[in-house]
Amino acid sequence: MSDATTPETPSLLLRIGRFLRDNPVIPLIGLLFALIGILELMRPGIISPFWMGNTMRFAIPLAMLAACQVLTMLTGGIDLSAAVVATVAGFVVATATPLVGVPLAVSIALGAGLMVGLVNGIGVAFARVHPLIMTLGTGLIATGCLQVYQRYVIATGSEIPAFLVWLGTGRTGILPNSLYVFIPFAVLILLLLRYTGFGRVLFAIGSNENATRLSGLRSWQLLMALYLLSGFIAALTGLLYVGIIRAPSLSLANPLLLPSVAAAVIGGTSIFGGRGSYAGAIVGALILTVMGTMLTLMQLPEGARRIIFGLIILLVTALFVRITNQR
Amino acid sequence: MTRVLRSNLWAIGLAVLLLVLLGLTKLIQPSFGFNGLESLARASLPFAFATAAMAVVVIVGGIDLSVGSMMAVCSVTAAVLMTMMGWVPAVAITLLVGLAMGAINGSLIVVTRVPDIVVTLAMLFVWEGVALLILGSPGGTADRALTGMVRGWTGPVPSALLLMLICVFAVWWPLSRSKLGLSIYATGSDEEAAFRSGVAVGRTRVAAYAICGLYCAMGGLSLVMLTGIGEPVPGPYLMASVAAVVLGGVVLGGGRGGMLGPIIGVFVLRIIRTMLTLMGVDPNVTTIVEGSIMVAVVMLGGFIMLRGRKT
Amino acid sequence: MTTETEPLLDASHVAKSFGAVRALTDASLTLRRGEVVALMGANGAGKSTFVKILTGALRPDSGTFNIKGRPARAGSPAEARRSGLVPVYQEPSLIPDLNVADNLRLGGTPTEPFRRWVAELGIEGLRLTDMIGQLPLATLRIMDLARALASDPDVVLLDEMTAALPTDLVEKVLATMRAQADAGLGVIFISHRFAEIAHLCDRASVLRDGRTVGDLKIEPGVEDRAVELMLGARIDLGSRAPGEAPPPRPAGPPRLRLSGLAAGNKLTDVSFDLHAGEVLGLVALEGQGQDELFATLAGFRRPTGGVYEVDGRAAAFGHPADAIARGVKLVPANRSEALLKERSVRENIALPFSTRMRDWGVLRMAHERARVAEAIARLQIDTRAQGEVQRLSGGNQQKVTIARWLAHGVETLLLFDPTRGIDVRTKRQIYDLVRELAAQGTAVLYYTSELQEVPLACDRTVVLFNGRTVDEISAAEADQETLMRAAYGLSRTRAAGVSA
Repeated sequence: MSDATTPETPSLLLRIGRFLRDNPVIPLIGLLFALIGILELMRPGIISPFWMGNTMRFAIPLAMLAACQVLTMLTGGIDLSAAVVATVAGFVVATATPLVGVPLAVSIALGAGLMVGLVNGIGVAFARVHPLIMTLGTGLIATGCLQVYQRYVIATGSEIPAFLVWLGTGRTGILPNSLYVFIPFAVLILLLLRYTGFGRVLFAIGSNENATRLSGLRSWQLLMALYLLSGFIAALTGLLYVGIIRAPSLSLANPLLLPSVAAAVIGGTSIFGGRGSYAGAIVGALILTVMGTMLTLMQLPEGARRIIFGLIILLVTALFVRITNQR
Repeated sequence: MTRVLRSNLWAIGLAVLLLVLLGLTKLIQPSFGFNGLESLARASLPFAFATAAMAVVVIVGGIDLSVGSMMAVCSVTAAVLMTMMGWVPAVAITLLVGLAMGAINGSLIVVTRVPDIVVTLAMLFVWEGVALLILGSPGGTADRALTGMVRGWTGPVPSALLLMLICVFAVWWPLSRSKLGLSIYATGSDEEAAFRSGVAVGRTRVAAYAICGLYCAMGGLSLVMLTGIGEPVPGPYLMASVAAVVLGGVVLGGGRGGMLGPIIGVFVLRIIRTMLTLMGVDPNVTTIVEGSIMVAVVMLGGFIMLRGRKT
Repeated sequence: MTTETEPLLDASHVAKSFGAVRALTDASLTLRRGEVVALMGANGAGKSTFVKILTGALRPDSGTFNIKGRPARAGSPAEARRSGLVPVYQEPSLIPDLNVADNLRLGGTPTEPFRRWVAELGIEGLRLTDMIGQLPLATLRIMDLARALASDPDVVLLDEMTAALPTDLVEKVLATMRAQADAGLGVIFISHRFAEIAHLCDRASVLRDGRTVGDLKIEPGVEDRAVELMLGARIDLGSRAPGEAPPPRPAGPPRLRLSGLAAGNKLTDVSFDLHAGEVLGLVALEGQGQDELFATLAGFRRPTGGVYEVDGRAAAFGHPADAIARGVKLVPANRSEALLKERSVRENIALPFSTRMRDWGVLRMAHERARVAEAIARLQIDTRAQGEVQRLSGGNQQKVTIARWLAHGVETLLLFDPTRGIDVRTKRQIYDLVRELAAQGTAVLYYTSELQEVPLACDRTVVLFNGRTVDEISAAEADQETLMRAAYGLSRTRAAGVSA
């Protein structure tokens, strides 16, 4: 086929699609402000510095967990074990602190995250199990391990390290202290994606695995590193989250799983890989937190919330397929 | 004939493994007998239906992550309906609901052209929400006639096992001999060739997902039969069903395998749990071991598929 | 009922575009009962699009398409079949995981006629219980044809179905189709073997650049005319400056040395040397083992026998990364295999800078920018369409895949049909680039499916036939006819008569 010249004038839909794809954050911020406006209309006076600080506080762990999803989704994968890992890390740090002290407890918690990441990496990189199935399985195993672990520490009680409580619940002015962790974290992830070789190949492998192979990438190295990193980030999120919630439980961060996927998808990360931005996911996390407030105000039952989240994922992905004409 | 023989060869091997495991169980716990078998059959019931549901969509070349959620919807639907009407219309309506949910999943995949794994992930949450809307917490009721069906023995066979086999194969046996069954295998095996052979690929896929939904409805009903109430929170059926399907010799990617293998696979996975329990292993440790076995099975399936692709 | 004069199949002024690409502009074909018409066209003439329209897989944008005087149905092959046209494709359309009987049932083919046709076409011992996945390819092709004939069609379309069939089966197929045509069947025949067309067909319809440019009666000497029509007014691909005669065979040890190299059953015995500073052409018909050869050289598969040396050291690459580490770099046939289509030109070209684990740290932006800019300038890539690579034209996309290795540095370049489907201007630029690279000491292996490129780009040519190297031709002798004859496994000089 001779396609030497393509001086096409793309249709409006296509051009809008391209613009949104190139700059997903701009319309998302618009959407965020629109939602805040609607919220103010629904309950005049709700928007206050205090409310904003609170919204950020709850959006931050979600945005961090969404990082796991963005990173894995860039390669065409997903990490469904992230929320369980966060729970494990949060629970472990709270229950191990009275036994072994803070530094060791934190290390164990982060180590647990890396362990799960390692197993995920092996399954995805070598056995080529679909990441979704693999991470679902490791999530189940991790939950089982947590339950066994709980039996041994049930008598010791729990203590959340003071610095985690300070990070999770403290404020500096109107801003939550968790920003001290989150801002460096977000900057690191953004830099990682844009200015490192790792970020490059992450996008590349999701865009076209064959091309990366042709260019000399041994994909198992990347996938191993990726799932280890994802496990680490999830564990980190768990530490922060237990400081926010201050009540370790066996399902601590589990309800964040679905929103973390939704935040990444809303933020313009393609679930097929090769395309996405962490900045978008951060705004996505804020949008979901604001939407959560709205749904609470509207007194929607939990069931309806899940339906809405599910439909958002489906709708955004379907729209994406339509616009980009992929697959 | 070769296909039947080949897939049965795998199933026969698996059946031998099951018998060995049963023998081992008897060795571990000499008192394991009729009661043990009966409760094994009962415990396997929802897993068997979830696996049958998964097997159909895997054969057509897809996957359905929402099986657990659809079972939950059907379980609460049936439990709520039975507070209002007799069990026969309640069961009939539940089966239709399952069929419809499956058809919705399939249609969304075909119409939106979004990959099955994404669509059914989203629908997993949607159906979960629907179940919660129908019944906020466990409740409803089950007709005595229904709960009685899965208890005790019918002749030499545990009633639960008999019911499961009848339900699964009453759908599967005629299906696998019909043109639709052929089309399902053809679509999963080579979609392009199937299309060229005149198979309506999209419609076949929707039908396969609808049948998946039907099996999920049976699974949901079996939950009501076992517990006597409806449970809106989905059980751990997704991972278990994928593992049983892979263990049963159905190739992830489609086109190959039968229904007998996966069903025996369910029992193999369940008997391992029984053995661990009988050995006095902490039930939570059992969960870990079971999870690890399932992950190992799926990984092994991945290796086998990789090797198959290379040759 | 159709009358004698009314054509069985009549497609006229058919056009089809894909986005901005006009694949067909004005294609026509008529077929009467008892006729066998060849559909001919060079690569990229729009043949495959026209076939898809005829077989109902695509709907034309404009034009009429009637079968037996009624508008043909489109939408799916099943619909086309209902109109009376049954296609037989190059790739068998049988389901590998089902047995023969189930496949027949799936397509609604009656069993008895099918068995009769299979026997008549020369396949013996086929059982209805045989699994398709375990049957040899030739048997599957014959089965596809038998299935088509058994469904009692009005028109059969054979799309390259004789490719890779053993000679005796080809003869059976041709004889059977002739007999069927004489009994009133209409046949559309597509093949890249002239001899078969001359043997079987009554007429040939020639496509070029998306339009039907001629309708030839098959008679002695028609080949020359057909070639002329297919090539059109000879596109001037330029020529090598007279002063630029091919350099003498470089002395010294070769960069690549192959001796009796084998990989799988499609590549059995390949031997040649490739020196630094030369462009070695590789000529082969489709499916003669060139895919396997390039895959082996570039590290995508391991050789199963013979010698493969790079710079005098044995090379058994387990991964393309190994080949790259030794300076052997591949530009594949299909651009979509090599490009990150939703990423930028720069990221595409810079990809090899980041693939090794030790390069996963902070990018060396300045270095990268400089190398990428240099490669873009050298290849004259039009980067006005900034952003995603998929928004570039095909020619520019191909340049990006080459620029990648240029930026990364290349000692041995494997080019697999690099000019497929791109415009003439870009083609010329690629020849120039290849020659320039060689002049600077790069060793280039250049496979092409367009024979007229060979004298322009290559110093020598080896011919691959049936998995082995059969001939070596110097640039001076490498005119199209010589190459074509060698590639068909014929002697180099024109022989009298036509043999299938």
